Formats: sequence, structure tokens, C-alpha cells
Amino acid sequence: MTTVSMTVNGKPVSADIEDRTLLVYFLRENLRLTGTHIGCDTSQCGACMVHVDGRAVKACSMFAVQAEGAEVTTIEGLAKDGKLHPVQEAFRENHGLQCGFCTPGMIMTAVAAIKRHGAMDRETIRHELEGNICRCTGYHNIVSSIEDASKKMSAA
Amino acid sequence: MIPYQFEYKRAKSLGDAQAMLAKNPDAKLLAGGQTLIPTMKMRLANPSALIDISKLAELSFIRVEGDALTIGAATTHGAIAASADVRRVLPSLAHMAAHIGDPAVRAVGTMGGSLANNDPAADYPAAALALNATIKTTTREIAADDFFTGMFSTALEDGEIITQIAFRKPRRSGYQKFANPASRYPMAGVFVAQIDDGIRVAVTGAGPGVFRVEAMEAALTKSFTPDAVASIAVASANLNSDIHASAEYRAHLVTVMAKRAVEHAVAHDGH
Repeated sequence: MTTVSMTVNGKPVSADIEDRTLLVYFLRENLRLTGTHIGCDTSQCGACMVHVDGRAVKACSMFAVQAEGAEVTTIEGLAKDGKLHPVQEAFRENHGLQCGFCTPGMIMTAVAAIKRHGAMDRETIRHELEGNICRCTGYHNIVSSIEDASKKMSAA
Repeated sequence: MIPYQFEYKRAKSLGDAQAMLAKNPDAKLLAGGQTLIPTMKMRLANPSALIDISKLAELSFIRVEGDALTIGAATTHGAIAASADVRRVLPSLAHMAAHIGDPAVRAVGTMGGSLANNDPAADYPAAALALNATIKTTTREIAADDFFTGMFSTALEDGEIITQIAFRKPRRSGYQKFANPASRYPMAGVFVAQIDDGIRVAVTGAGPGVFRVEAMEAALTKSFTPDAVASIAVASANLNSDIHASAEYRAHLVTVMAKRAVEHAVAHDGH
């Protein structure tokens, strides 16, 4: 057992865990932050995407101990003061989800991509979404949501 | 999926990593972990300990001096793709890095990790071999020609750690791959480079390990044009055959990707 400490959604957290605990299990089971989903558990679908020190990474492909001392943001950390994050708002406005299972991962990927690119065209968005799979195949509106958010956020 | 038990150790320095590796012969180095962690989850690997070298600043850098480009082993694909220095000196390498896996893999996966793993479908081995790169380790310098020894195997000795990879700016170069639509691993990827010593063509993804195509190199030496390689076929006998593609199809892809890589080198200098 190892004591791991990190900041999750702005709050310091600490727990005794096995070294082999994946970050996604730490978030879901120790912290009860179940917005981060486990889809394929084989690092392909991106449903478990979270931000670690500002970079979008797959929480199923990282051990919690690797995030020792890191700043972690999950889907639960995006809305501020009861107001949705602009990317969340854009998914709502553009019907960017069907069953919703992939949505947290899509949004975390989108937020990180917008931070790197600013306003994005549809081709860039599709390239950025290569690590996220939507089983409903609802990509068209997901791309529209991210395009909308990236333009609104860059204009702001 | 939950891997076997192991002990996690974060190295404080390269020397610390070497000392820990010497004490734990069944330990593995952890860089980005984008191959190692999924492999451990499948319980195909069972290291006693992971020694994390991903946070070592001394292994994470991109340096340009004249025509020399040196990349620290723990530099991520994302950092290489985004580097203005790499894009200027070796745009084909930046292009390659920008198309490995997906953005989340590129955020943590490292060049040193990929080279040490030597997956037959990894991208970087093609660049290292075509550009005649030098792989520097804690004990020596290894020419790319001597580094890749077969499927998932390299010239690295136990306890030896890659520290940096040194490239020289080629006259021109280009890389094109036909990516598997799901994994983004190349089913065939071809790196073409015109360097001071001549022309080198390196193929990844198609065979059991990265290899050069001498017939294409000879043809491009006479005429550095896409047409020069368009009718040169590689033998399918030693190529990979799996659910994604037959050996014959991969052989066909090698020729097509070689042609596109030359087009890329000529038209855009690999951008």
C-alpha cells in the first residue's frame, strides 16, 4: 500500500491504495467520482479521459500513483458555480450526445484540444477525436458541439 | 482489468533509476506506459516493480545545434509534434509524431519508450533507421543500424537506459503510413530520407521488424521522384499477415506508401 496525494477538481485528496490501482478506479471507487467512465478498459475508447496537469489522458492507462502531486480535473470539475462549462453547454445546445456514455470523455478531450488549438475546423476536430469512440456513432453532432464551443470560447 | 501486484518507484534522477534497476532485476522502466500498462492489464507482463523515469527533466528536452537535433528519451510525442525546432529542422519527424496513436497517447507516450519497445508496428523505428539516428544510452552510443534486432528486441542490455536520440537534418525526408483505422498503428509505414551518406528507405508495420528496401534506395539515388519507386515491389514472403491485412496487401501498401513518402519529401519537405 502506498499513500497517494493529489489535487482533484481543486480539492486536495489522499488515500492508501495498492500501487497497481489505475487512476480511473481511484477516481471512481475511492473518490466516488463516477462521471469518469470505463468503456473498453483497453485504452481505445476514451470514455475515461481526464486532465492530469492540464493534459487529457486516459485514466485507464495510468496508475494513480503516477499522478502523485498532480492536478487532476474530471468531468465533475468543469462546471463552475452551477454554470456549465462552455463545452458542456455546447453539447447541450447542439444535441452532442445520444446515450451519453462517451460524453464525459468527449468533453474532456474537447476542452484540452480547444486549449491547444483555439477555434478549430471540423477536420481538426475529427483528428483530435481519434482517441474517443461513440458507440451510438453520434459523431456529427459531437463535432458540431466542439466546433461551436471552440468558436465561442475563442471569441470570448 | 487489474494487473498483477508490483511496486511503484519514482526515480529522482537517472543515477537513481540505474541504481534501482540494478537492485531489482525483474523491474521495468516506466515512461509513458502506453504499451506497458495495457500489457500489464492483460497480464502479459508481470514486472516486480516499475521505475518511473517519465518525470526526469534530464530526459525530457529538444535541442538543436546547427544541423543536429537531439531529443531526450522521455520527450512525449505531443511535445515533439508541437516543437517549432523539430518542425523546422526535421518536419517529417514532427509529422510522424503528430500521427502516432491519438492525442491522449501522444500526451504521455515517449520516443525512448517506443524505441526501447521496438513494436514491429511502431512509427519511430522507421525514422530512426532511415535517418541513421544515434541512440545514446547510459553506457554507450548505438547506431540505428545496430539497434533494432528483431520483433520487440533491441541491442539494449539489461540495466541500460536510453537517454537521448540524436538526428542530423536530412537534405529531405518524408513519412507516410497506412494506419489501421482503430489502433492508428501503421499497417505499413515508409520513411524516405536523403542524408549525406545517401538515400535510405525504412519500412515499419509490414514485417516482423523495421527494415530497409535497397531496391528503392538504388532507384531513388538515380531519380528522387515518386515514379522511381512506383513499380518496385517488396516480397510478401516475410511480411506480417493478420486479421487486419494479408502479407500480399501489406507488400502492396509498402510500394504505395513509399511513393507517397517521396511525394511528401519532394513537395513539402515532409511537412
